[in-house]
Amino acid sequence: MMISKQISLADLLINERAILLYFSNGRAETNRLASLGFTPGAEIGMMQNYGHGPLIVTVRGARVAIGRGEAGKIFVERSAQ
Amino acid sequence: MSDCHAPSVLIRSEITREKMSLIALAGQPNVGKSTLFNLFTGLNQHVGNWPGKTVERREGNFAIDGRQIGLVDLPGTYSLTANSPEEVIARDFILRERPDIVVAVVNTASLERSLYLVAELVTLPVPLIVALNMMDVAEQEGIHVESKVLEAALGVPVVPMSATCTTGIGNLLQVISETLDRHHVSCPRQPEVRADHRAALGEILRHITGCVPEPYPTEWVALKLLEGDAEITRTMQSILPMEKWGAVSSLLRQHDDALLAVASGRYEWIERMVRAAVIQPKRGQVSWTNQIDLWATHPIGGLAILAGILGLVFWLTFTIGSPIQDWLDTWAVGGLSKLASQLLANSPFWLKGSIVDGVLGGAGAVLTFLPIMIIFFAAFGLLEDTGYMARAAYVMDNLMHLMGLHGKSFLPLFLGFGCNVPAIMGTRVIDSKPARFLTILIAPLVPCSARMAVVAFLAPAFFGPKALLVSWLLVLLSMIILVLSGTLLNKIIFKGQRSAFIMEMPLYHLPNARTISLLVWQRSLSFVKKAGTNILAMALAVWALSVLPGGNFNDSYLVKFGKWIEPVGRWMGLDWRLTVALIASFPAKENAIATLGVIFGSNPSAGLAQKLTSTYSTASALSFLVATMLFIPCTATVAAIRQETNSWAWTLLNLGLLLAITIAISSGVYHLALGLGL
Repeated sequence: MMISKQISLADLLINERAILLYFSNGRAETNRLASLGFTPGAEIGMMQNYGHGPLIVTVRGARVAIGRGEAGKIFVERSAQ
Repeated sequence: MSDCHAPSVLIRSEITREKMSLIALAGQPNVGKSTLFNLFTGLNQHVGNWPGKTVERREGNFAIDGRQIGLVDLPGTYSLTANSPEEVIARDFILRERPDIVVAVVNTASLERSLYLVAELVTLPVPLIVALNMMDVAEQEGIHVESKVLEAALGVPVVPMSATCTTGIGNLLQVISETLDRHHVSCPRQPEVRADHRAALGEILRHITGCVPEPYPTEWVALKLLEGDAEITRTMQSILPMEKWGAVSSLLRQHDDALLAVASGRYEWIERMVRAAVIQPKRGQVSWTNQIDLWATHPIGGLAILAGILGLVFWLTFTIGSPIQDWLDTWAVGGLSKLASQLLANSPFWLKGSIVDGVLGGAGAVLTFLPIMIIFFAAFGLLEDTGYMARAAYVMDNLMHLMGLHGKSFLPLFLGFGCNVPAIMGTRVIDSKPARFLTILIAPLVPCSARMAVVAFLAPAFFGPKALLVSWLLVLLSMIILVLSGTLLNKIIFKGQRSAFIMEMPLYHLPNARTISLLVWQRSLSFVKKAGTNILAMALAVWALSVLPGGNFNDSYLVKFGKWIEPVGRWMGLDWRLTVALIASFPAKENAIATLGVIFGSNPSAGLAQKLTSTYSTASALSFLVATMLFIPCTATVAAIRQETNSWAWTLLNLGLLLAITIAISSGVYHLALGLGL
């Protein structure tokens, strides 16, 4: 089956892990995200996602809080548990 | 070279480099850089601003075996791309001043991310030492790092240490000393751009070679162009001959996604560096931070914890700070005034007046504020140093969204309850300029402790047992107006643009007493210096206006002005006396009471309250209290706004806005109260 498993980071559930595919945020935001470790191929773990409000993820060994709007523009693929 | 424009002139720093070696501390935020800086320099440090910027510059000196070393603490930055003033400052300092050593402080507990800055630093032509800080926090999280393995991989000295526990410091000093003596020749391995953009990088390099101005290294400039660094792009565009720039910019257009390729290249390099050196904790091991965050960042639990902590800070401020404040006011300031009056009894009235009412009154206001400021600074320093501040910003993010702001703006606004001056200065933590300016615009609407002092004096006089309820409603009104003005201003001035909320959540760690006490000391000192001189000058000016021309208050310019502006006051139900009191609150908010005391010819402690209640209707009193809460902030705050926005236009806009809000809301409240028959 060729179902695309691509989801937005905002849809990743708590305690799930995913691989970052790409993101389409503006230049300054991309720069900030990249320096914080968000690059294609990086593994992201969801620490907190209550369905509203900002999220907390782990990326490259650090915790980062990110707004839901920003997370919506980051696309990931869920890793097998 | 002949076809290139002349390189720009370099600016040299004031530090004399003849005898002293110069070391720069670089590092990302939350790596414990300040703790290390304080450990090295102690009180031998100077805090100022970077020229032309509102970014704090800290430098100091220390000695190793009698050798004097100057130490500059570069701003904490995640990368060296020109995204923010901090990043430009850090890289320009390294490139222009060429320090003898750059010590890169990294957080061992989040090593991969911390090394991103190192991946940028190794490409710069300066000797580098990596200080592997927070080893203790890493061990506690179950992360183990083999420093020797990392050192071999990086090709630069790596020193494991903990600035908080002061372990490994001797070792770091020794490595610094050896590096200064050129015993270490570092040959760092350089990161590469991801394979699909390497050819483009080579092309750019070929076009710009020979045209790059001092002090920038050519390869570095090529990489920054590929990354889309705005500042370097501008510089090269103005320097490169037309046809070369044309070639470079068409390459850049084809590779406009190169930013991620460059970043990925750096992270690939980091992965190679840490692969053999780091032992990660077992999956499923629950760390301290995770356990605390389960509560501290919970959408409801987190707010409750925040409310509890803030309540505690207030409680501390009022149970410890207020009595000291009263004591200073009565005994220190009051005593000095009495003494000065006696000593100057036979001197001309202007000398006595300017010293007793002007100098002592003004300086006294600053002095009595200090205990409250110190408690606030200490509490906030503590919350910052443990890592809790980021959680507070996180849980407040939803509410701040209403105003187009995000969580980071909450903390400076909260500081405003103590005093608006640190609130304005605290907006430096907000990284986007529109969000920062919006926060500055609305910060004076947070009722500071001095405004509350005026309310605390007047509310019981007018409202008796209902005083507490009225005070509480006044605070609530201020908050509602703050949120409304924030929302409106964001729509009108900032066109609804909202900055991204992306913030690191540092690991919790034990606070460091030394770091916090130095922070309190420096912030208090800068408050006394900046606010002190300003309040003093304004107190003298208002005193002069209140006695000139005839030496009599009732014929003074201040009273004449109050009577002239009375029609405006009338809208709000204020007569000329209340209007003058409101205007006189400009140097310091407590002046409102003192001025009413002068006008009614009675001491605030004896009978002023009764005189006021018999003179004014409840509606007028309510309107005056509302006006006190919303009126333009004190001069010290205005000075801080001017300093932080670096613009008189913004400052005046801010004052005009607050004045308009005051007149509108107070008039509304007055007529509403009249309508209700109060």
